[in-house]
This record gives sequence, C-alpha cells and structure tokens, in this order.
Amino acid sequence: MPSLGTSFGRGGATDFQQDLQNSDCIVIMGSNMAENHPVGFQWVMEARRQGAKVFHIDPRFTRTSAMATDWVGIRAGSDIAFLGGIVNYILENELWFDEYVKHYTNAPVIIDEGFKDTEELDGFFSGWDAENGKYDPATWQYEGMEVHASAGNREEGFSASGQQAHGAHGGGLQSGEPPAEDPTLQNPRCVFQILKRHYTRYTPEFVAETCGCTVEEFTSVCEALTQNSGRERTSAFVYSVGWTQHTVGVQYIRTAAIIQQLLGNMGRPGGGIIALRGHASIQGSTDIPTLFDILPGYLPMPHTETYGDFENFMKSNISPGGFWGHFKSYWVSLMKAYFGDAATSDNDWLFKQLPRIDSDNSAYWTLGEMLEGRVKGYVVAGENPAVGNANGKAHRLGLAKLDWLVVRDLVEIETASFWYDSPEIESGELHTAEIGTEVFFMPAAAHTEKDGSFTNTQRLLQWHWKATEPKGDCRSELWFYFHLGRRIKQKLADSKEPRDELLKALRWEYPTHSAVQEPDAESVLAEISGYEADSRKYLPGYTELKDDGSTVCGCWIYSGVYADGINQAARKKPHWEQDYVAPEWAWAWPSNRRTLYNRASADPGGKPWSDRKKLVWWDGKKWTGPDVPDFEAEKPPDYEPPKDATAEDAIRGDHPFIMQPDGRSWLFVPQGLQDGPLPTHFEPHESPFDNALYDTRANPARQQKVLKDFDPYNPVDGEPGADVFPYVFTTYRLTEHHTAGGMSRSVGYLAELQPEMFCEVSPELAEEAGLEHGGWATIYTSRSAIEARVLVTKRMRPMTVRGRVTHQVGLPYHWGSRLLVRGDSANDLMHGALDPNVHIMETKAATCGIRPGRRPRGRELTEFVESLRAQAGSR
Amino acid sequence: MTTYGTEQKERVGFFTDTSVCIGCKACEVACKEWNTIPVDGLEWTGNSYDNTSELDANAWRHVAFIEQQQDGGGIRWLMSSDVCKHCTHAACLDVCPTGALFRTEFDTVVVQEDICNGCGYCVPACPFGVLGKREEPKDGRVFKCTLCYDRLKGGHEPACAKACPTQSIQFGPLDELRARADERLAKAQAEGWQGARLYGRDPEDGVGGFGAFFLLLDEPEVYGLPPDPVVTTRDLGTMWKSVALAGVAIFGLVAAAVAGGE
Repeated sequence: MPSLGTSFGRGGATDFQQDLQNSDCIVIMGSNMAENHPVGFQWVMEARRQGAKVFHIDPRFTRTSAMATDWVGIRAGSDIAFLGGIVNYILENELWFDEYVKHYTNAPVIIDEGFKDTEELDGFFSGWDAENGKYDPATWQYEGMEVHASAGNREEGFSASGQQAHGAHGGGLQSGEPPAEDPTLQNPRCVFQILKRHYTRYTPEFVAETCGCTVEEFTSVCEALTQNSGRERTSAFVYSVGWTQHTVGVQYIRTAAIIQQLLGNMGRPGGGIIALRGHASIQGSTDIPTLFDILPGYLPMPHTETYGDFENFMKSNISPGGFWGHFKSYWVSLMKAYFGDAATSDNDWLFKQLPRIDSDNSAYWTLGEMLEGRVKGYVVAGENPAVGNANGKAHRLGLAKLDWLVVRDLVEIETASFWYDSPEIESGELHTAEIGTEVFFMPAAAHTEKDGSFTNTQRLLQWHWKATEPKGDCRSELWFYFHLGRRIKQKLADSKEPRDELLKALRWEYPTHSAVQEPDAESVLAEISGYEADSRKYLPGYTELKDDGSTVCGCWIYSGVYADGINQAARKKPHWEQDYVAPEWAWAWPSNRRTLYNRASADPGGKPWSDRKKLVWWDGKKWTGPDVPDFEAEKPPDYEPPKDATAEDAIRGDHPFIMQPDGRSWLFVPQGLQDGPLPTHFEPHESPFDNALYDTRANPARQQKVLKDFDPYNPVDGEPGADVFPYVFTTYRLTEHHTAGGMSRSVGYLAELQPEMFCEVSPELAEEAGLEHGGWATIYTSRSAIEARVLVTKRMRPMTVRGRVTHQVGLPYHWGSRLLVRGDSANDLMHGALDPNVHIMETKAATCGIRPGRRPRGRELTEFVESLRAQAGSR
Repeated sequence: MTTYGTEQKERVGFFTDTSVCIGCKACEVACKEWNTIPVDGLEWTGNSYDNTSELDANAWRHVAFIEQQQDGGGIRWLMSSDVCKHCTHAACLDVCPTGALFRTEFDTVVVQEDICNGCGYCVPACPFGVLGKREEPKDGRVFKCTLCYDRLKGGHEPACAKACPTQSIQFGPLDELRARADERLAKAQAEGWQGARLYGRDPEDGVGGFGAFFLLLDEPEVYGLPPDPVVTTRDLGTMWKSVALAGVAIFGLVAAAVAGGE
C-alpha cells in the first residue's frame, strides 16, 4: 500500500474497525464492506445506530448500499474524478482544517521550481521519460533537496517503486526539515497552492459529467464530509480492492489521503483511512512478505545494481529523520534471525550473498516469462491464479510451459488441474499428452488444523490454536517449509558451491512435536518478535534493536509481540471487559498501537482538539490516553530538534508522522510513487470514454503488454472497433464465496447459497441486449468469452456520462471448472495491464460485449473470440 | 402449557431486527453446521441473492432478499432472516399424534427426531409453512428449528444468534426482547425508517405471540409472511362442539324416526 505509505509513513490501515463506531460520517468507496467484511461492518452499523451518515459510493447497489444512509452510483473507474472533486470543494469553499493542515501536513513546503503539473503538460507531470515510459522524480522534490537515493546506487523500489513503500514509507528525503516553507500557504510554489491549481477543474459539474452521478448527489457527500470534520467531529474513509485494482489504483487511495489530511481526520477517533485487505492475513503476508521486492518489515530486497555494496545500500536506505533512521538496526537484526553467528559485521551480515531482484519480478512479469518458456518451476500456495488472476487463459497456458509445478491447497483447484480439466483442454488448445509440466499437489492443513496467527486488516495479530489434527497427508505451511528447508540443507551440507553458502548459513532450528514433527509455531513467533543474542532476553519492542548484531529480530515492526516471553497475540480479553480500544485483545503492530499517528488527535500544543474527540494528549510530562501513543512517550510538544539530530530526534514535537523523514503527512509526494506526486483522473486502460481533462487518456505510467501477445486489448473510445465492446464490466466477490472459490465451492453449506455463476445487469441493458432474466448470457472481450446466468436487477443502473448512456455488467469471479458448483471464470475476460506501483491488474473496470445465450463450446469458442478480435482490430 | 415444575425455565426466544440484517447468511450456515442439516440442493433461483427460497426440513433459517423500487427512483434492498416462530399456541404441537413435537422447559417447540414417524400432520398445520418433511436425503421425518435446544441446555445461545455479526438476531428471555424491541421500534421510527413495525410481538395475536418475533420494514406479505397468522387448531374445540351437537341432533332425529316407525 504505497499510497498510505507515502502519505503517512506506514502502509497499513491507519485505524481499527471498532473505532468506526466513533465516526460522525463514514464514506465507503471501492469497497463492499457489508458483503466482504461482514464482521467488521457491525461497527459501521453501530455508527449508523448512533446517527452517523454512511455513504456508499459504488457502481453497484450492493448489500453495503442497502445498509448505508445514502448510495451514490458512479461509473466504474471514475473515482479520482469524484474524490478530486471533493478536494476542490474543500479548497474552493475554504473548508480545510487550517491549524491541522499548516502544522501536520507538507502543505507549506515549497517545491522545486522545475516542477510542472499535469494541468500544464496535458496529463503529464514534469520528468516524463517517453522512451522508457517512466518518470524521473527529480523535479518533484522539496526545493533545495535532491532525490535521496542518488543515481547509480538507486534501489529499485526504495526511491520510487511501490512494493517497498507498500507498508513502509514514502522514500527518504535528503534531510529532515524541508529547507523552504511558507506557513501562510500563499507562495505559488508551495504544496497547498499546487494542490489548489491541480484540482481547480474538478468542479461539481465535471464530477457529475464524468462519474454519471448528479451534482446534488456529489455535493451531498461533500457537505456531509466537511460538516462532520473539524475539532468536534470526524469522518472516516473505508476502501478495499475496489480502489486498489486499477491501473491508477494507488492514486485513488492517495486522493482519499489528501481529503483526510485537509479535513484533519488522520490519527483521530472515528477518522482515518481503513484499508480493508482482501482476505485473511493478507496484511500479514505483506508484513512478513510473500512479495518479490521486500523482506520482512518492508525492508527493500537488494537489487542487482547494489551487488556487494553494503555501505551504499545502507546509506540510501537510512532516513535522515524519523524511525527509518534506524534502518540498519532493523536490517542487521533480521540477518541475525536468518543466519545467526554466520552473519557478522566483517562479512557485512552476508549482504553480498543475498539473492537480488533484477527487474519487476512480480507475479504477472513472472507469468510473461513463463509464457516464453523461461520459468522452470513454480510453487503456488494459497492462491488459484487459473481462476483468481486476470487473464486466466494466459495463466493456464503458462503453467503448461513449466517443467514442474507445486500446488499446495485444501482441494485440487483449477491451477492444479489445468493439464486435464480446463477450458483450454475443452477447446483443444492444450492436449494432456503434450504437456510436459510435472504437477505435484500437496494437500494443505486448514487453519483449524494448525497453530498460528492471522494479521488482520487492522494490523492486529490474532493467535489461533489447532482444534483437530490434519487428516492424511495434509500438512501446515509451517511444516512444509520447515521440512523442505531442512531437507534442502541436508542435501547441500557438503556443497562447495558459492551459490549454496547462504542456504548453508541459514539458521533452521525450531523445536518440533507430534507424530508428524510439526514445528512449534510459538518458537517462530518468538524469533519474529526478537531477543538479545547473548542473554536470549525477549525484546519489548523495536526501539531496542541494535545495529551491531547483538539483537535478533525476524520482523522489526512485529517486535514486542512476544515481549516478556508471553504470546501477546494470544490475549483474548473481550472488548466488553475493557474500553473500546481493547488494547488487551491480541496485539497490533507497531507496539500495540491501534490508531496510527494518534499524536495528531491533539493540537500542536498537545491538548486534545476537543473533549469529544480526545485520544492521546500531553499531560505535562508524557503522552497519555486510552491508546498507546504513536510518539515518543516523553518528547514534549515544543521539542525542536538540534541541528545535528538524526532519526526520531530530528522530528519536531508537533509533527505526528514519525515514520516520515520530515514528520509530516504528505499531501504532495515528492518520491515513492511511479506515476506522480498528485492523483489525476485517468480513464481505465479499457474504457468507452476518452479523458475529459487531457489528451492523455489513461495513466501513462501503467504497465502494458506484460503478458505479451497473450493479452490482446479491446479498442477504446475513439478507436475503430471500440463498439464491439461497448459496455463496462466490473468483477467482485459475494459474501457466500471466498475469492477464487477453493475454500467455498468445495463446501456444500456455502456452495448451495450461491450455486451458479451469474451476471448482474440493469433492466435497460437487458432490453438493449435482448437478455432474459434467469436465462444465459455470453460476455466477451478480446481475451475470451464466458457464460453466466442473467440476473436482471434495478440495483444495476445505466449511467449517463457526458450525455452518453453507458451500461455496466457486474461479474462475481468465484467460479471455475471444478468442485461442487462450477461455472466460467470472470477473470478469463480480464486484461493484464497493471498499476505501475504495485503491479496489480484492473479487474474493477474494463470493457466488454454481451449477448443472449450460452457461449460457443470447444474449438468454436476460440474461433468466436478470434472473430471478435478480427472485427474489432484488437491489439 | 406443559408444567415443568421446578425445572421450568424462563421463556426464551429471538428478536430478529431486520433493519440491521446485512444478508450475510451466517445464520443459515451456523445453523446447518451446528445441527448437521443436509445441503439443500445446488439450484440457482434468480430470485435476488436468495437461493434458499424457504424454510423447510433442510433450511431452519432462511434469509429473504427483497428488491424494491422506491418512490423517486431509489432502490431499497430488504433482508430478513426468517425462522420458526415458536408460537405461544402452536398448531403443529396440537396435531402431532406421536408426541414427537413437544414444548420444552424453555417454552420452545421442538421435534424429537427419534419419535417423529413422518405422518406429516404438522406440515399443513403450521400457519407459516415452517415445517417440512425431509425428502433429500431420503428420510421422511419432519425437521425444524429447535432454537438449539441442546445448546440452551448447555447454557449457550443458539448458533444463528451467536454467528450474527450485526446483532440482527438477538437471543434472550422473551420479556427482555419485547422491551428491547419496543425501544428499537421507537428509535427506528424516529430515525425515519419507512414502514418499521414489529411482527409477532403481540401476545394477543392469532397465535398468542411468537417466541421468535421480528422488526420488519414493510408489510409482512412483502417478506412472504402471513399478515395475520392464526393458530390453525384454534377452532378445533368449537368444531368438535358442533360435531357433537350435530351428532346429538342426528341421534335425536334418528331416534324420533325409529320411535315414529314403531
């Protein structure tokens, strides 16, 4: 989540869901919270019960809309226009929280004079490198500063790219305090004035025209938000993958971050931005990552460019101000957890031996390589890319080019069965006898069959215990990777190859128990939390980490989860036995803080902004309140850093964003993002409309053709052939199913509740396309065609955009060719153009055609799609 | 009413507040998991998000989804989790010839699986269509909500109420629930919830009040519920009286005829 990372310092939900009960206004956008997060949604209902306004802004009227006080229907893919309109409304009507904005954000900072806005360059910021399709952020910097990670040793990711800023930080600045500021916000080059100019064209009329809502609907949101923000009141934003999954998704979230900064809603009760993660422990799987470009705790994965150069790597990552100033302590403690005594200061903690990334190396990039036969083996665990990822067909064709494939799952999912049961086998594009891939299906234990923790959407680590033994050969993830590592180490024990040095050095000692030699999960948690290398004393938190190898810590942000030798994540004191913050239920990173940046709940002098909204305040000696202060407990509000101060000592006492090098939240992001310092409305990669603002139609920095020729694109507005795919489709989940369906299509009690793939269409579209309720429809793009039962519903509504009526097709994506309930996969329709920061696909908005009846079968399906491509001229 | 003497417990039930139901169906799943109820078929109905359709032997909770066009063009999507009403005057119980249906010490109505012989008299007796014979898998007996009798005995709330994330399904002593419902209705009406009303709360109604009653946002018919349910055995007493009178009259006539013939 580089959007939240660059704006505030950490890429996690800034608040906890229980705190929504304190909101006076909740805007749910890019999320179907009631449907996909029903348990957390109780707190929205609680807020509503207490009189809060709840807006659901979404292309569809969903279960969330049904429970909101107001639903505003907008066209899929038009969110930045809407949110930018709110920014403009706040600025035009002078409704920002002045004291908050001046002290806590980078609004007063003067930006480099070379900076040019999209309004000046027709959709581009200054620094665009047309040849490589990338930005150079040099002109986006604070005046008087250069890009922190200087050219030559630039870390892929740290200076600009997203995943590494995913949970962490917006990249470094050269020094802490910005050299040039205008506290009156009048200087034309200060962030505040740049912001004003950037959004001036986002008028209510522009919003209504672009999004397909009415001016009244739009202004009702603006009025409610601004009336429910300020000293006495707070508003919250809630989003999920409805914002993330776009080619400009990171900037969607950034726009909400700007609104919440201007309204002063960050770090305060009932405020913040709640990022609802896609499914269980996805937050955990970025904290202790399964991502290619970060190590635990959002430490950047070294790049081939930094091979061997430990010192430069440190230099470019140690922030001059804020807690990233201790980067080396976090790094060295992780290396000690990995390699123990083998990692020493003399060998640079084995930096030279660490693996390197050399390109984007993300999942879709890997698939692109796979399709060209350059990937030998693939391990898929807890994912079903043949159903769950964009362009399922490309995935299945890619899998057929591997030498070997390991799939670990509860049941034999489509990704494991592609070689004998898939649409391509049916169409004759793949023949079982000709597929060389050796497939290993490893049955996995369910969460009820193993000890471990989930890190939920609000950074909360919650421990669970095994309730029953796994059956047969089913094994936990921990068992699988522990014994895999153990066996590999055994095999390499006598190796003299330099490439094996690291594996040989790996500490791999965890106690095991039970007949199957299950590793002890708590011993892993204890190592993650950290201890002193010599005394084995458990660490209370990350501030105790050292850069000299004397501390061991597997993930610095989780440090303290095993403080005092107690599994803090296993605490289960119910909320009705404590206050609403419930600090004794489980454990949240960092340091059990539930509301991030909560220093901002007090004014610059340390007093609560109001009694109604107090959370953390300065009592004359220390910061105190019901939540753990997200600030050094004894740093007074009037603290001014001495000249040579570093790390947190360089942050002023009235700057609450302690992970940022300058201690402020960033309205304008000078570095850390690939596609610009400010969010700008762009159309989706595939859209029936051009961009009303610029000739630059879609995000120029988006990644295209990652899947090469396997990923043809629909022509878009203005291009010949666009009329073959006149409608917008959006994909989503239903409460009854779990993502790609492996865990729900296999369970009768869930499968029976939503037993068939269907599409949702408005009565108007049904009439136009000749669709019959309860009948079948074929939905098609340049990639594929699928069939679905037709659900005609007034919950889908045609949108009038710039005088033209457009229809939207809703497609749940849970089905595949296997298990109890089967159906076509919506993701087979999807293209693989990606957001440049997080390399995520645009499954929330693309174009399609629809016609009545079932799709052609076998070879005729391929021929049908080919004929569409020919007719449209798809490329 | 059965008397349990000292073992009699306070009457418990459900208050289902449909104004906060989010249609997640967790109640349906929790019920099926706890009571090991068979899967009820994998048919897609096309009726909004409702693929359960009705209460029957294999569905003891049923979430209804009603899509409504509002005046002025808006949309309303009502969701409501239906369940056995555990009537004060329960016709199913009256007609059961085997004693399989009984009133528990919690004043709830339960079918005993090991006694039910599948005669099916209770099925048409229920004014709500709650009861059904289990046909799939082949069984023939009648099953319905027990208000988790086994859980109550263990001091636990029913599975559906436990699983409900928004407290739409509230479990407790009926008197408390009624008071809570009155409060909630007043608040809902003050907040401008259109058409809010309590259904089955009134002990004076045709079934003597429900043990499981509801806050609805529209007419009961909209949710597929009878507007004015009556215990179907209500008139049995008077019917038998009429039969007896008729019998006496016929006997008199016959006697007179016989006497006249002599």
